Amino acid sequence: MIKGTNASPGIALGKALVLEHNEIVIEKKTIDNIELEQKKLTDAINKSKEELTKVKEKALVELGAEKAEIFEAHLLVLQDPELVDSTLNKIKDEKINADYAFNEVKNMFVSMFESMDNEYMKERAADIKDVGNRVLRHILDIKFVDLSTLEDEVVLIAHDLTPSDTATMNKKKVLGFLTDIGGRTSHTAIMARTLETPAVVGLKNITETVKDGDYVIFNGETGEVIINPDENTINEYKDLKEKFEKEKKELESLKGQESKTLDGRHVELAGNIGTPNDVQGLINNDAEGVGLYRTEFLYMNRSEFPTEEEQYESYKAVLESMNPKPIVIRTLDIGGDKELSYLEMDKEMNPFLGYRAIRLCLDRQDIFKTQLRALLRASVHGNLRIMFPMISSLEELLSAKEILESVKSDLDKEGIDYSKNIEVGMMIEVPSAALISDILAKHVDFFSIGTNDLIQYTTAVDRMNEKIHNLYNQFNPAVLRLIKMVIDNGHKEGKWVGMCGEAAGDKRMIPILLGMGLDEFSMSPISILPARKLITSLKYEDMKPVAEKVVSMGTAKEIEEYMQNNFA
Amino acid sequence: MEKKVTIKNESGIHARPAALLVKKASEFESKVEIDFNGKKVNAKSIMGIMSLGASKGSEITVITDGSDEDQAANEVAKLIESGFGE
Repeated sequence: MIKGTNASPGIALGKALVLEHNEIVIEKKTIDNIELEQKKLTDAINKSKEELTKVKEKALVELGAEKAEIFEAHLLVLQDPELVDSTLNKIKDEKINADYAFNEVKNMFVSMFESMDNEYMKERAADIKDVGNRVLRHILDIKFVDLSTLEDEVVLIAHDLTPSDTATMNKKKVLGFLTDIGGRTSHTAIMARTLETPAVVGLKNITETVKDGDYVIFNGETGEVIINPDENTINEYKDLKEKFEKEKKELESLKGQESKTLDGRHVELAGNIGTPNDVQGLINNDAEGVGLYRTEFLYMNRSEFPTEEEQYESYKAVLESMNPKPIVIRTLDIGGDKELSYLEMDKEMNPFLGYRAIRLCLDRQDIFKTQLRALLRASVHGNLRIMFPMISSLEELLSAKEILESVKSDLDKEGIDYSKNIEVGMMIEVPSAALISDILAKHVDFFSIGTNDLIQYTTAVDRMNEKIHNLYNQFNPAVLRLIKMVIDNGHKEGKWVGMCGEAAGDKRMIPILLGMGLDEFSMSPISILPARKLITSLKYEDMKPVAEKVVSMGTAKEIEEYMQNNFA
Repeated sequence: MEKKVTIKNESGIHARPAALLVKKASEFESKVEIDFNGKKVNAKSIMGIMSLGASKGSEITVITDGSDEDQAANEVAKLIESGFGE
């Protein structure tokens, strides 16, 4: 048995599919056999055509005609005489290898589209790259698993999953994820919980230990993984899986019920999402709103900034889907561990302490204003709350608000409508913000505590560093004291306080946060119903002394054990 | 054979209309080209067509050459004038 970090609950049993992310490396070579090189190209194009035709047919059934049209355009790119003939001629005229010739021609088209004025056309460059890379992988015979066309049910095994892996995969065929790296807050872990797919991460070398086709079973709640188990173990886990699913059914009965303590204190149970598609998970789990919509995924895995129109469409989709429930949309939080390929950023010694999130947006107001315009325009379609990330001083908050006001007055001048009751809030994830939360509270409508970063910055522990993982703990009394301070300061000014970090969904944390008076809890969709079950079984008045007791304890271990013994 | 037409659909020749146009042009044996502002591209090439960036109201010329050039020019022009069904 191997043990990793439990990232998303559930039991998975099935055949392993090990993903390798081999890079495309192209070298220029002089060749003698022109016909052979030309055949390599046409074979690669034919294989790509076959694959894309399948993808298109699948997309047509699963995603509808509009989405399928993208692949139709991809197919036409493959058949494009300008692309194909130019490459064939280049191979012949320059006596060079197919991959090099094709890459040159492809890049010429990519840069042609990238240099066009029209935003829409610029984005087509990404399509050409995508199709081009598919062809290149075939020429170079690079193994590549197209996750959108999985035929059999598999347990995905990877070093780490990229956002494009999780976005394109055929979710119905994926039983679970196992990865070499990552912690509970890594992209893979968050995505797994959003998709309600069991996952264990941080297994160190699972991609080497497991071979394609091995039978694996794992428990996403305990982090246990077993490779090629015996019959008895398989049966044992099949029973566990059944039990897990039975409990899941029981939670279903809590749908439609209020999240209210036994003595009548109502709290809001909201969900965290990354893309408009994730809303379905929230609706399925009866979320009372969106507590955190991470807009950065809109900006990732592409070659240009998203246009105002594209952003507007995404925000509108989310706002409409849950209207009139409140939707907290966080403005761009890029930098740190999240980079954009098309935004050149200097290498920094400490990216988490560097040019990121609101700091970047206040510096690059062009990017910020485009997003704010899109948000304001979308606000008429639902109940929007705007939230600024990583504020560490009053000046930053005031600057961000000032820019928001200037965008509003631009829209006024242009006669463009937007909602007049948008709440504006900020995240508390930096100790300096927590410490002046009494002052900040006067200038916002709400706070949302981001525990993942607050723990990291308060305790000076890099949350991705495995070596010091044990120091990264949400029960750290210093963190709990800061949380209490923020809630108290927010309430003194009559503002509501929420939490959108991982701690908000932790059964051992919920009683403490409830006792401290937290108003809104935002978590992975999968945690919502268990949280409701817990909250409806507790008394607010009983949790107040619990919250007081734990903040007087000296160690995280003591607090964690106390909560584990009394509430878990 | 040459035929002048005006782009009528709102979004101009973006991906979907371009795809329709390429498919139509590819049905014919003749060489089919589109001339827009002095830039001439192969109408059987999706990238060529899209690179024109022709928007609503643009006047373009369909130029065909080959055995079925009349029919090719007529049908391609008809498709463009129909606004690609948008």
